[in-house]
Amino acid sequence: MDAQTKTNAATQTKSAAKMEGTGSNVLLDVRNLKKYFPITQGILFQRKVADVKAVDGVSFDVKQGETLGLVGESGCGKSTTGRTILQLYRPTEGQVLFRGKDLAQLKGEELRRMRSDMQMIFQDPYASLNPRMTVGDIIAEPLEVHNIAKGQEKKERVQELLQIVGLNPYFINRYPHEFSGGQRQRIGIARALAVNPDFIVCDEPISALDVSIQAQIINLLEELQDRFGLTYLFIAHDLSVVRHISDRVAVMYLGKIVELTDSRTLYANPLHPYTRALLSAVPIPDPIIEEKRERIILVGDVPSPVNPPKGCRFHTRCPLAIPICKEVAPEWRDVGNGHFVECHVV
Amino acid sequence: MSNVLLDVRNLRTEFATQDGVVHAVNGVSFHLDEGETLGLVGESGSGKSVSMLSVMRLIPMPPGRIASGEVIFQGQDLLKLSPEEMRQIRGNKIAMVFQDPMTSLNPVLTIGTQITEALELHLGMSKDKARKRAVELLKMVNIPEADRRLEDYPHQFSGGMRQRVMIAMALSCSPQLLIADEPTTALDVTIQAQITDIVKRLKRELGMAIIWITHDLGVIAGLADRINVMYSGFIVETAYNKELFANPLHPYTVGLLGSIPRLDEGRREKLTPIEGLPPDLVNMPTGCPFHDRCQFRTQKCLEENPPLMSVGVKHWSACWNYEAVREKRDEILRRHTVQPAAA
Repeated sequence: MDAQTKTNAATQTKSAAKMEGTGSNVLLDVRNLKKYFPITQGILFQRKVADVKAVDGVSFDVKQGETLGLVGESGCGKSTTGRTILQLYRPTEGQVLFRGKDLAQLKGEELRRMRSDMQMIFQDPYASLNPRMTVGDIIAEPLEVHNIAKGQEKKERVQELLQIVGLNPYFINRYPHEFSGGQRQRIGIARALAVNPDFIVCDEPISALDVSIQAQIINLLEELQDRFGLTYLFIAHDLSVVRHISDRVAVMYLGKIVELTDSRTLYANPLHPYTRALLSAVPIPDPIIEEKRERIILVGDVPSPVNPPKGCRFHTRCPLAIPICKEVAPEWRDVGNGHFVECHVV
Repeated sequence: MSNVLLDVRNLRTEFATQDGVVHAVNGVSFHLDEGETLGLVGESGSGKSVSMLSVMRLIPMPPGRIASGEVIFQGQDLLKLSPEEMRQIRGNKIAMVFQDPMTSLNPVLTIGTQITEALELHLGMSKDKARKRAVELLKMVNIPEADRRLEDYPHQFSGGMRQRVMIAMALSCSPQLLIADEPTTALDVTIQAQITDIVKRLKRELGMAIIWITHDLGVIAGLADRINVMYSGFIVETAYNKELFANPLHPYTVGLLGSIPRLDEGRREKLTPIEGLPPDLVNMPTGCPFHDRCQFRTQKCLEENPPLMSVGVKHWSACWNYEAVREKRDEILRRHTVQPAAA
């Protein structure tokens, strides 16, 4: 079987799986996920003095074939969430159920095998490609690691992948420095696609790129999703991009998800005061609309995740805070139609 | 109003590199009125920062070289001034805020020392007086407990606060012109909103002119009076803010607007990317620099670089085919949908 037929076969199986699922099939179920990074002191005898609570109890699911957007400001834990799901960081607590199997419990060979189903696209296309490897070797590496293809078959598969992401197959012997940022990001995408994954974590895949190139990559990701039935967790700080590409959006603040709903509702009817502030802060490229818009300007900065505020984490900056917010952490509740929010006031 | 503050004429800046001469700015002319906010929009390598660094005479020479041009500021050609004379203007009459607030403050000096330095140097203030003024300036940019925070070092401030300190420093000598080079690009959106809010208020209160460099059309839509769009060292379109967004007439401007998703539009409206890459600034193509990415290209575009042509009321576009752009534009901009009002 040559590489082409193999891919086609794999694609067909996947589309079939997607059809059966009709969108309500849960691929990934994250339950109360926590990731703490210890802060240590001392040279010989290191003792833990505190924790950076990067992710502090998040729960959500991702359905087969959908794109879940994860949005938030720097330091809110969105990238850590993505990496912890893929077990690049081992979770401190909680479950990551991928097709019902808890990845947090898997180890060694078993986990390694699962990795061919889950891939990642990184933010910085300059740092995530080895400068000493040719593009061909970079894309072929996952094929070798997972024993998918060898020799001529491998080469054909790499060339096919280059073509899929819109690069010239003759580029196979070039090095990353010969490519522009947008082209490098395409190489990163080809590498992620090499193993025919079902699920891809896209960690800020376009924020390092120029505006005119961003749209090329967004369109490519959308085409690939339709073609291969991919499921995305799309992490970004740019709300307009996240809203554009996602079916549902989760908004993170200081290690917690504060609101989760479909992308239309998030924009039309945002409930959490942080979501509202975030939406109102995103500029719209239209001077007439900008003139009329009322901005909610948040005071101050995000508190430290080492000592997150007691009660609701947002209360220090919240324009709607009431006394209870300082004392009691609000519960994660469903307000109808799969719209989740964590706030006392709404 | 409409007293010309800055008049840049035919500015060319180049850099000598191993690969040849990089033509960063290729004959740029524009003016700025007193109290006006001018947006300079373009991608990396479009020459927006280099043209402003040329105005400030901050281009490292060599390898850089201002090959030609005049920069008339309040009747004086800045390019003809001696370094000493230029120092009197820089930071005093023209101030600049940079993109990265982490690297533009000195990490081993307190915030107070860094703010009072310019006050003592340019305005000849005494230590006491400069300190009082520094507290006022920090209060002006909403730094809480300004008095105490003067003793702090940059690392004790967050990114947004550092950028506010930079703005306070830039405004310390009440400049007539503030050049802001992507001042919010490194910041989160809620912090970006804080900064633009402060700048708008200070502009109202102090009345200085602003040149705001950015790649973000959204940010500039809410800030600028007039906008210059730059591409590979040329100004390709210039117009008043509302005119430019309502009636863009250069394929690159249309391309930029078409390629960004908008918060107020439906999901997965197909974006129209600009295909290809910007040209190599060492071997510039003949004709229009945008021609190989342009869907409106004709034979003439390959042969002759279009000058800025008047295409409307105080609206200029450097495109031979701007009439064709006008006809096909709405399709690229996805303007078939009725936009709901913004939240």
